[in-house]
Amino acid sequence: MQRRTHLSLDPAFRWLTLTGGLLVLTLVAAIFATLLHGSLPALKQFGFGFLLSQDWNPVTEQYGALSSIYGTLASTFIAMLIAVPMSLVIALFLVELAPPQVSRIVGGAIELLAAIPSIIYGMWGLFVFAPFMADHIQPLLSRLSPGLPFFTGPPMGIGLLSAGIILALMILPFITSVTRDVFAMVPAVVKESAYGMGSTTWEVMRKVTLPYGIQGVVGACFLGLGRAIGETMAVTFVIGNRHEISASLFAAANSIASTLANEFTEADSDLYLAALVELGLVLFGVTVLLQIAAQWWLRRTAKRMGAGR
Amino acid sequence: MKTRSLTLRRNTNRLVSLISASAALFGIAMLTWILGTVIVKGIEAINWDFFTELPAPPGMEGGGLANAMVGTLGITAMAVLLGVPVGLAAGVWLAEFGQQSKRAEAIRFACNLLMGTPSIIIGVFVYILLVLTTGHFSGFSGSVALAVIMLPVVARTTEDMLILVPGALREAALALGVPRWKTTLDIVFRAARTGLLTGILLAIARVGGETAPLLFTALNSPYWPESPGEPTANLTVTIFNYAMSPYDDWQTLAWGASLLITVSILGTTVISRGILWHRSKS
Amino acid sequence: MIQTSALSRSQTDLPPTTITTAIPATTSTTAKTARPGEIKIAARGLDFFYGEQQALYSNDLEIAANKVTAIIGPSGCGKSTHLRTYNRIFELYRGQTVRGEVLLDGRNIFDADCDQLELRRRIGMIFQKPTPFPMSVFDNVAYGLKQHYHIGRSELAEKVEMGLRQAALWDEVKDKLHKPGTALSGGQQQRLCIARAIAVEPEVLLMDEPTSAIDPVATARIEELVSDLKERYTIVIVTHNMQQAARISDFTAFFYQGRIVEFGRTGKIFTNPDNKQTEDYITGRFG
Repeated sequence: MQRRTHLSLDPAFRWLTLTGGLLVLTLVAAIFATLLHGSLPALKQFGFGFLLSQDWNPVTEQYGALSSIYGTLASTFIAMLIAVPMSLVIALFLVELAPPQVSRIVGGAIELLAAIPSIIYGMWGLFVFAPFMADHIQPLLSRLSPGLPFFTGPPMGIGLLSAGIILALMILPFITSVTRDVFAMVPAVVKESAYGMGSTTWEVMRKVTLPYGIQGVVGACFLGLGRAIGETMAVTFVIGNRHEISASLFAAANSIASTLANEFTEADSDLYLAALVELGLVLFGVTVLLQIAAQWWLRRTAKRMGAGR
Repeated sequence: MKTRSLTLRRNTNRLVSLISASAALFGIAMLTWILGTVIVKGIEAINWDFFTELPAPPGMEGGGLANAMVGTLGITAMAVLLGVPVGLAAGVWLAEFGQQSKRAEAIRFACNLLMGTPSIIIGVFVYILLVLTTGHFSGFSGSVALAVIMLPVVARTTEDMLILVPGALREAALALGVPRWKTTLDIVFRAARTGLLTGILLAIARVGGETAPLLFTALNSPYWPESPGEPTANLTVTIFNYAMSPYDDWQTLAWGASLLITVSILGTTVISRGILWHRSKS
Repeated sequence: MIQTSALSRSQTDLPPTTITTAIPATTSTTAKTARPGEIKIAARGLDFFYGEQQALYSNDLEIAANKVTAIIGPSGCGKSTHLRTYNRIFELYRGQTVRGEVLLDGRNIFDADCDQLELRRRIGMIFQKPTPFPMSVFDNVAYGLKQHYHIGRSELAEKVEMGLRQAALWDEVKDKLHKPGTALSGGQQQRLCIARAIAVEPEVLLMDEPTSAIDPVATARIEELVSDLKERYTIVIVTHNMQQAARISDFTAFFYQGRIVEFGRTGKIFTNPDNKQTEDYITGRFG
């Protein structure tokens, strides 16, 4: 039996793995630098006004981001308005009300919903949901709210409202599953003591589960918001792609992501391309800020929860 | 002190239960509706030609998406080759060496940022980086874009899975005089192998259905993929192009591709979750 | 707080200090291996820090070759921390630092030229919970061997059998050598870990509460094994079980709040300790 002498590979291993980690850092920096550099011509040409102008005309080389920004924010807002309350309610159902078997099946189904690629939502949105909207939902909304400017115009099916609803469907499973996990972490003893005092299920939810989990829920919403704001395919199919802001939610609109998806390969001039890259930069900036907010919030929550234990 | 009406409290409780159960039911209904549509419309397109033929020219009948299937497999496989090793390395560093250091926190944060970055932004980034500089769209640049999306996902799941391996197992190997790198690759990886495998599978499932990052990197092509240096046919961009086209045959093919993508991705997801579930039970 | 001066050590009870400082670390290439009864390991002025927090205060301890030395004390007193310096396993974690020296056969293990891997071959370790690797019983024992030796297939099988025999496990596992190590019972797993550790032919075995996670019958077998193993190895065992320390050890060190309060022959520590705190602890008044 002969002794083995070994050359130490540990420093090399450590260095190699660190390179992997540093590459992630580099990528984030590189994305920012690349987008910034790519949008310089547009930045020089339009300055701050880029964000405030509604003009988007490749023929006259006039580019403004306002309609895309508006469409992004409005569709995201509609999505959150629908998805957040529904997610909360479904999560409560899964954790508090449903028998374990049902909870597992429904929970699994919701997670499947989350795994469906966004282009499938787009396809379904364009060919199934938009006609359904045009035939049933939009006329109904118009009739129910005669004076309101939001629900006017021809019921085309596609448009801001449809995009918002499809987006809501996309982020619903995501927020639901995170929220469910948060609710499931509420210690059983705490809930039992509330039940022991004669509370109904709803009272336990409202007074114990929700307050206990609210901070995690907010974190989940931040993350869902981040997803909705940058979602491309599901929105591109149904939003209509029109560079104009309209008061009606039935009208065709666009979002930053949908503009990029539709026009990027068509950009035939440097300025056009730069304007599109600048749109990307704006979107990247917003998602980075959202991530920072979400991380900060989740960390604060983790600290508080840790201190409470 | 007045007693609150028990009937009122009970009824409120019933109402809330009803609302939340119907919300859950709504979720299931939506899933059924979407999946049902994809299956019903997709099956129409599925035939022998669908898997073996090139797409027919616009307006012509028949044709298949064999080239796009090969392209998607190739692009995804290359993305796995590029993204998974780097992601594993980063995850190993975070779990084994970085631990709670400032630098590790920075890398973790960068991972989260990258995971939260819309995939279309990754597409724009890779377009400027690889397409503008080389002057042409390529399947390879598509793989790079997908790899960038996979990287942080693999890194974080790897870290999570390695952290689950008891410290005592590491110590036991090290205490035997085994070097650190061997301890990690032999013992820790072996102990975490199911978790690592499912993490990678889930990452593949995530990028397999991506469209936005391929739109202006891999682009699309009506031909067989021949080299990674040229525009490459792929299923998702094909769905986008064909769905937006006015031709019925193309729209049918788009549904067929949707079904194929959905089945593969949900299949991968279910299998990997199944593995995880099975492991947590035993 | 106990001052270091309160440390009560009766010189006569300590193992002879023949080679401790006689051989400077630099001449270590010629250092001889300690003979039975001589000092194998000596901690000198050992301080330990978890980040800013100090956990050990100038520990001095001498471990006699081919004897069993037990380290006892209440939880959190630093006994495991002390043990974990001997094979430098604490270096796995950020922020854990050591000051002072630990001499193995007169040579400081913290010196830059001390090879960590060779140190760990010479000093094996057994942990609180059994730590079988996720591989077969055979591979568990062979793993360390293959790491340290160029070894042929037949010799490998021989050495694995020898290790398992020494760990009194051979008869129980010889028919399931290719079953996963994790499939064995808790007590068997722990003996598998002992077999794995002794297969690489170490000189010292560190045992960190090796029986705290296994049942009484399996514990008895391991205690028996420890007594057999001291013929060939120097053994240091951390235990929270005082009966165990009394049963199997030759020397006992009592740790309290990071300091070594008393060290001496086990018989004396358990019947006639010099220090009041030691007496309180072993009579069960605290801890």
